[in-house]
Parts: sequence; structure tokens; C-alpha cells
Amino acid sequence: MAEILVLVEAADGSVKKVSLELLALAGTLGTPAAVWLGPDYSDAAGATLAEHGAEKIYVVDSADLVDYVVAPKAEALAQIMGSANPGAVLIASTAEGKEIAARLAVKTGSGVITDAVNVAADLTATQSVFGGSTIVQSKVTSGTPIITVRVNSVAPQVSPAAGTRVDVSVDVSDTAKLAKVTDRTVAAKGGRPELAEAAIVVSGGRGVNGADGFGVIEALADSLGAAVGASRAATDAGWYPHQYQVGQTGKTVSPQLYIANGISGAIQHRAGMQTSKTVVVVNKDPEAPIFELADFGVVGDLFSVVPQLTDEINKRKG
Amino acid sequence: MKIAVCVKQVPDTWAEKKLRDDDSTLDREAADGVMNELDEYAVEEALRITEADSGEVVVVTMGPERAAETVRKALSMGADAGIHLVDDALHGSDALATSYALAEVLKDRGFDLILFGSESTDARMSVVPAMVAEHLGLPQVTFAQKVEATGSTVRIERLTEYGYDTVEASLPAVVSVVEKINEPRYPSFKGIMAAKKKPVETLSIGDAGLDASRLGLSAAWTSVAEFAARPPKAAGTVVTDEGDGGVKIAEYLSEQKFV
Repeated sequence: MAEILVLVEAADGSVKKVSLELLALAGTLGTPAAVWLGPDYSDAAGATLAEHGAEKIYVVDSADLVDYVVAPKAEALAQIMGSANPGAVLIASTAEGKEIAARLAVKTGSGVITDAVNVAADLTATQSVFGGSTIVQSKVTSGTPIITVRVNSVAPQVSPAAGTRVDVSVDVSDTAKLAKVTDRTVAAKGGRPELAEAAIVVSGGRGVNGADGFGVIEALADSLGAAVGASRAATDAGWYPHQYQVGQTGKTVSPQLYIANGISGAIQHRAGMQTSKTVVVVNKDPEAPIFELADFGVVGDLFSVVPQLTDEINKRKG
Repeated sequence: MKIAVCVKQVPDTWAEKKLRDDDSTLDREAADGVMNELDEYAVEEALRITEADSGEVVVVTMGPERAAETVRKALSMGADAGIHLVDDALHGSDALATSYALAEVLKDRGFDLILFGSESTDARMSVVPAMVAEHLGLPQVTFAQKVEATGSTVRIERLTEYGYDTVEASLPAVVSVVEKINEPRYPSFKGIMAAKKKPVETLSIGDAGLDASRLGLSAAWTSVAEFAARPPKAAGTVVTDEGDGGVKIAEYLSEQKFV
């Protein structure tokens, strides 16, 4: 069976959950092989990858890969593709992941599919487009399929494999070193999970009626260990920071549970959350289109319903 | 400083979008066309850079005849000139073909900066700026929430999942911008009138020296096997709050094992 390359994403040296999801998916398509690009590989990270199905782990231990924007990673992956001759390359559908896929496609003469939510054994990718209103099945018809896959699309699997380390040395070209990262700034994010990866997202919109109103949204999120999101109406009004915007011009999320509070559900917002597994809605307007997506909805004032819900959850948690 | 801003006409952000039954491409007739919202931020940023210093802003688009409206919109915001690549042979071009065509049109014109919005609201792939940088062998400084271009260098704040990276490159460079970078201006009446007199260069693929075999639907490196409307979601339970709405949600979440 052909190798299926999985580009590993890590934070502070530990493997992100999305990479374990991609290894599980790769296991249904061929032989999973992880690719680690960067200087902070560790045996612990390798053990995690092996435990989740990585038969091989290609390691390119070079600071150049992270000191310059995107291009060196695309070069390194292209080199590994050249020798491993994989059946496909899977990359997480993050902003950077899609850019790596983009450059890799140009370099290797391969077609690229982004934002897949599933990939079948014959490498047909399923995408959910136009805000989830249309399901598309498509295939790469030239070169090696390069597919970026949305986080939370498949569940990680424990499936112990050899995890054989293969060191690869890459000479990063001067052309790939034109955009230098001179500083990294980590934003204070408090104790909440990352919006794009969170299993539960609690969002507020126009009905929250001001920056102060987000207090009740945050309290509910914290009772569930959830991330906080906001509709464009709320971020445009300055009630909540832009980076938390869920929607067509913001982030796309696909959590297990999405709780929309005071959000009407215009296409702009639905585009960012329509593939959520379970949707709960609180809105005082019974005609709000968001109710069409609701698995469970309450027509009522969020300022009485949400605090009561938070109290009830805290009570049940004991 | 000479700045190109690549813009795309897309279906209105607020409209329902769909694919054509005949060739599975985006149905561009089904909705009004507007300038991709994030591209407005790129136009605004280009105008701010040239207003603070000096220079020229050229708006570049690839698309059918009516995409000329989008060029005109950018000119009415204040851009100086336009380039419109329009040819029936471009229909159905994928991101790789689009990036090839744009790169060919952009090269050898002496641009110091090539600006893009970081994503279009229709395809949402976010790949064309990186692909154009790869084609042209230029530095890629993308997802900028702040851009400072001075003389021969550009420094940006690149939005990341954890915050932002400060990235530096020498010019020329390819830049894409995110929504939080600025607040795009509305065209003034004076701007709209002035736009009518601004030059727009219309290019066919022959004029641009493009290889037709690399363009259009038949050259796409991906193909759509089938598509379908998402099946309507089974109607959920909706109740009216009678003072116990919060408790009812908690009970539901508990049944679903979230609590």
C-alpha cells in the first residue's frame, strides 16, 4: 500500500489533535507516514504519532523551516514526496496548512483540494461548501492528491504502529528564505480552548447587546469548558474581538456542540458553523433562521435563559 | 511605490450560492456580483500606503465581462488604473490556473507590492496569494493584520493561531490582508465620477501571452464528480421559555451526554 503523508502540526513540541485525526484518516487510505518539519521533535512526540498509526516518521530537523514563512515547509515536503512517492498528502486545513498545500501543488504539478471533511478509500474528497449548503465530491486528477482536511472531521484512533524515524536533510533554497519571521507574539488567550479546535463553542450575536453582555456568554462557555465565538454583528460593533468571529469572513468551526445565543443566523454566520454536529439556539425571535439548524432551541430572552443554563450546568457538575 | 491589488468579483456575501448543473462551476448569474469583501481591505491598504507616501495603485482582476464592475468599484475608491483579464477560455479555471494567469499578468510590470484579500467568500480556499508568490519566486507575507512598507522593505504582522508573527521581506513582495487591518472607505460621488475617466487595460489570454492549455475547466487538476444540496436537517425541538428555558437546555445537554 502506498504511503499517505501526514504533515504534523505541533504546539510547543507536542502533537496537535488534528494531526492524530489525519493519521486515523490516512490509515483508511494507505500506510500512514507522519512528516515532522521543524527543530523541536522529541521521542515523546514520536511515541504519540506511532501510537496513533504512524508507520514511519520523516523528521526534518531544521530551524529554517520555522524561521521563514511557509515556503521552506513546502520545499521540504516536495522533497519527501519526491522520494516517498506517496498516494496522497494530508494537511490540516489551517491558514498555514492551506498555504503549504498551495505552494506544494504548484511545485509538484499536483491538484489540491482544501477543506475536505472526509476522504474515501479511492481518494474522493467530500467538501461542504457555500456555508454547508452544498456537498461536493471531488478528486484530484493530476499529480499526487494534496488534500487539506478540516479539524474535527474524523476521530483520532489508537492504532499502534512502528513509528520508524527517518531523518531527512533538506537544503532550503534562498528563494524560500525571502520572508523572515523576526518575532513571535503570543496573544493572551486566557484559559479557554482554541476556537477552531474546540469541541464546544458558545457564541453571542446582536442580541447580546453590548460588550458587557458577553459576560453571560463567557460564563456559559466556562461552565462547559468551551471556546467563545461571536457573530459578525457583534465583532463589527466592537463588542468582542475580531479573531473570535465565526462566519464567512471569520473562522469556520465544526464542533460537537455549538450554542448560538442572540444570533439570527444569516448566511454569513451559518457559513461558519453549519457543519457543527449538534446545535442549540437561544433567541427571542421565533422567526430567526438559526432555528432551522437547531437540534434544540429556546425562544426567549438570553439574559434569563443563559444564566439559568449556566447555573444548572454548574449544579449538575456538582 | 507601485502597488497591484488583485480583486475578485464574487456572488453577494449575503446571497445563497449554488453550483451549475451543467459543469459544476459556480453559478455566477444566480446572484448579484460584488467585490470580494476582503479585497476591499486590500484596496484600502494600498490607497493608504500610497497616500502616506506616493505612488500608483493598479487594480487587477480576472473574470467575465461583468467583473469590470469590480474594477470600476476599486477605481471609484481611489485606485489609479485597472487591468481586466477576460476571455471565455478562462471559464472554470481552478486556483492553480488562476494563479498562473495572474502571475503572468503581474510579472515584468515593476510592481513593488502585490496585494490580495486573504480569502474569497465564494471558494474560500485562501491559496491564490501563496501560489502567486511561488510562481513569481517572491517573498510571501500573507495574512497581514498590519502592513508597513518603507522604501525597499515590507514588514507585516502575520495573524497566527496563537497571536501574530512579525515578518520582514524585501520588495517586491506578495501580501495578503485580513479583515481587521483597516476599515475600507466608501466611494465618494467625486470618486465615482473620476473613475469613469481612469484607464482600464482589457487583456485576452492572447494579449497576456498565456498558454490556453493551462487554463479553463479542461485544464483543472481537480474535478467534481458530483454535488448535492445538503439534506435538510431533521427539525429539532423548539420550546418557548416559560421561566425554565435554561433548565430545559441543561436537560437536553445531559441527555446528549454533553453535561
